[in-house]
Amino acid sequence: MEIIRVEGIAKSYGQHQVHKELTLSIERGECFTLLGPSGCGKTVLLRLIAGFEVPDAGRIAIDNTVVTDPAAGINIPPDQRGLGVVFQDYAVWPHMTVFDNVGYPLKIAKRPKGELRDRVMETLAMVGMSGLERRLPSELSGGQQQRVALARALVANPSLLLLDEPLTNLDANLREEMRFEIKELQRKLGATVLYVTHDQEIALAISDRLAIMDEAGRIRQTSNPWEIFERPTDPFVFNFMGIANFVPVRRAGESFLVGGGEQLIPWEPPQGDAPKWVAGFRPSDVQVAPEGTGIRGTVKRASFLGAMMHYLIEVDGAHLRTSIETHEAVAKGLMFKEGETCVISFRDLLWFNADSLAEVVKQ
Amino acid sequence: MSPITRKSGFGVAQLLLFFSISILVIVVAVPVLLILFNAFWVDGEFNIGDVAKIIMEPDTYQALVNSLIIACGTTIGSTIVGTFFAWLVTRTDLPYKGFMKAMFLVPFMLPSFIGALAWKMLLSPNAGFINKFFINSLGFAGPIFNIYSYLGIVLVEVMYLFPFVFIQVCGALERMDPTLEESARISGAGLFTITRKITIPLVLPSILSGALLIMLYSMAHFGTVAVLGIENGIFNIPTLIYHKIHQSGGSFDSIRTGTVLATVLVVTAALIIWLQGKILRKGHYQIIGGKSFRPMELKLRALRVPLLALCLAYIGFTIVLPTAVIFLVGGLKTYGLAFTWENLSLNNYKFILFDYKVTRDAIWNSVTLGLSAAVITMFAGVMISYVIVKMKVRGKGILEFLGMLPFSVPGSVIALGVILAWSGKYGINLYNTVWIILVAYIARYMAFSLKANSAALEQVHDSLVEAARSCGATMWQSLRDIVLPLVRPGMLAAFFLIFLPSLRELTVSIMLYAPTTRTIGVAIYTLNEDGETVVSAALAGIALIIIIVGQSLINRFTRKAGT
Ligand SMILES: Nc1ncnc2c1ncn2[C@@H]1O[C@H](COP(=O)(O)OP(=O)(O)O)[C@@H](O)[C@H]1O
Ligand SMILES: [Mg+2]
Repeated sequence: MEIIRVEGIAKSYGQHQVHKELTLSIERGECFTLLGPSGCGKTVLLRLIAGFEVPDAGRIAIDNTVVTDPAAGINIPPDQRGLGVVFQDYAVWPHMTVFDNVGYPLKIAKRPKGELRDRVMETLAMVGMSGLERRLPSELSGGQQQRVALARALVANPSLLLLDEPLTNLDANLREEMRFEIKELQRKLGATVLYVTHDQEIALAISDRLAIMDEAGRIRQTSNPWEIFERPTDPFVFNFMGIANFVPVRRAGESFLVGGGEQLIPWEPPQGDAPKWVAGFRPSDVQVAPEGTGIRGTVKRASFLGAMMHYLIEVDGAHLRTSIETHEAVAKGLMFKEGETCVISFRDLLWFNADSLAEVVKQ
Repeated sequence: MSPITRKSGFGVAQLLLFFSISILVIVVAVPVLLILFNAFWVDGEFNIGDVAKIIMEPDTYQALVNSLIIACGTTIGSTIVGTFFAWLVTRTDLPYKGFMKAMFLVPFMLPSFIGALAWKMLLSPNAGFINKFFINSLGFAGPIFNIYSYLGIVLVEVMYLFPFVFIQVCGALERMDPTLEESARISGAGLFTITRKITIPLVLPSILSGALLIMLYSMAHFGTVAVLGIENGIFNIPTLIYHKIHQSGGSFDSIRTGTVLATVLVVTAALIIWLQGKILRKGHYQIIGGKSFRPMELKLRALRVPLLALCLAYIGFTIVLPTAVIFLVGGLKTYGLAFTWENLSLNNYKFILFDYKVTRDAIWNSVTLGLSAAVITMFAGVMISYVIVKMKVRGKGILEFLGMLPFSVPGSVIALGVILAWSGKYGINLYNTVWIILVAYIARYMAFSLKANSAALEQVHDSLVEAARSCGATMWQSLRDIVLPLVRPGMLAAFFLIFLPSLRELTVSIMLYAPTTRTIGVAIYTLNEDGETVVSAALAGIALIIIIVGQSLINRFTRKAGT
């Protein structure tokens, strides 16, 4: 059953059209991530759902209640939408203690004092902030303020939590820990989470489902993390999910040739009759060897990065990137020098029509 | 689980916008429009020829010229004095710089018309103490200086206005990145070249903007010219407006002349503010960052002691001497007696505080007017700034425009406009009551409140309010719980920025007072005009004490709040 339904939303600021015809639905109880490059309109969408902005057209329903529909003149203010929101900049109130910050939603709901106290302490314990309730935000670290913001969003048991890049300002360790905790909380409480980020790693780790949004605010693919990573349906998603290698391939009669050279492709040919194709790989799917079967290339650049070796390889005018763990490269004799030739094979690849790829390369 | 309830928000935003626009329209826009209307609209038609005729009348024309002469003289003088002292206390090894800097800011607190009174006592051609001393004791044939002159007026205004330039230039010099100068020095430039090529161009915008502020202030300045000019028939625009209205009891002709003069002031003020905005926007401001640096200090060497003496002499002559004279004269039995112990007592002070109804009323009026104006203007300013800075509503542009108005309407213009608006012609007659003064104070000090409050509101990030809304708080609740507590320092600043100056206000109240609604400023001025010099000086002394005590309380208070 869906808890949020976004239907044909359009929103523009002056000349700048951020969203047009955006449709999205989120199931009850899932952790749904909206992933896209920064500036693509994720925050705008979140603000539309929370009620801080009004769409130009379209409809948003939460829990089967239409909360905004400009055509019908409906716009329920944010305070009556029953959501928990965590802002990118925490938005912890600097003049209130941790206790007062977290207790505010309950105070507004006029809950009795004792219940308020118990619930606040319980929530603070949940985010690992027990004992700090009398501090002011200025006496907290960034990560602790983050937890206060999270506790404040959770304290009233909202059925729906909106999180806008809440982990961006944390250091790597804390980010990983908090990411885990958010996921744990969501499971424990059974809340629905809409999480917005530009960080694919977090998105893959945390989501039950995720949607990839492109620069123009269009949703390119919605699926579970595994499918998004392994079966991207379009080159934008592919590109966005990892540094991709794109090798142009041209059709010559019945055969397909790599780049500008005469080497035949060693893989299944693409389905379709377009004359130009592009094969896409992840660096981790590219295997190099000193000799054997595969296509021949030249090592253009070899970079030693400690645990990893990075190679840039040219194949008849096309460039590929690959990386191998250094100890593996040493053990298997794969330490290439610049200018050496090598043989490349591929574990996995995806075919794209060259025309559809043009826009990805442009980005 | 929090249920989603459907309740339509009643247009709080529109309501606030409506109130904000109404306040500014009623308090500022209507008076100004009435002035323009009365100036240009004669017998039901637009008549610019008549305006030109009024401007060319000898006394009006002379007042315009006088305003210009005095404003230019004051601006040039203050700029030189202010820049020089600013450079001394920031960029040299002058001793006691901190103390000097504090002292150079004292004139900000002192009402210039009280200063003018003091200088009148010191340097009036026949009765001034200094002139008398030179004639009687040193055998001079005549007075050494006549304060009732253009030069006298300009000098007194410079003494009280130069801090505007001083504070701006000090700020710019302190914030200027010294590496700019250092790199010039490394590349071999001498100190003179560095000053000319690097320092001056960098602080020029600050100097100019301070100078323009003084120009604006002096053009529209009433007190000094009123005290020192009348004797020799020197009128500027504000004093002529006052003279016309006061003498004629509000006849049509005098009101028209007044509105034409006021129009000139409004246009000049708008022009100056526009220019100032341009200079501050252009300028080399990006190089002057927000950080404080430890600037390179020039060694004064042999000049160190003479320059210290100069500063002390300046402070003694312009601050200590006039203040002392006010208190001493306030202690005399009769004006003209020598300052001996037999002639001095506290009787005048007792008299004005406890017995004399005129002065007791005046003090009461000023305190209550100041408090009410400060409270009302503070709250109105918070609301208006909130709508301007924080809210997204249609029609905000109008409010933004109206919000600029208070900054460019001088006191005498407000007073005249308020007379036009509230004298019964439009149904409400407040003339001769305290209410008309209150309305005028609100208009006059709205700019301070808008400035302090919008600065505070800029600091309150939107997401803080949105967080409250998403916690279930209504717009009113989020205002009460989040916005108000966070802008409280700005509101307090606004309160004091209004309350203290209103205690010594003269320009507006002098145009609007009735026998029972004198303010402290009006009482000092009129008592002095009536020849009650010692009583007037005693009241001025009391006013100085109130102001200084108030100011130091605020300084202590704000310093505590800041830490
Ligand atoms: N209040 C606003 N006024 C004008 N433009 C806006 C506003 N809010 C967002 N935008 C524009 O909308 C686009 C999407 O912004 P946003 O949703 O914040 O991106 P992100 O995906 O990084 O969160 C950006 O180009 C931004 O400039
Ligand atoms: Mg964002």
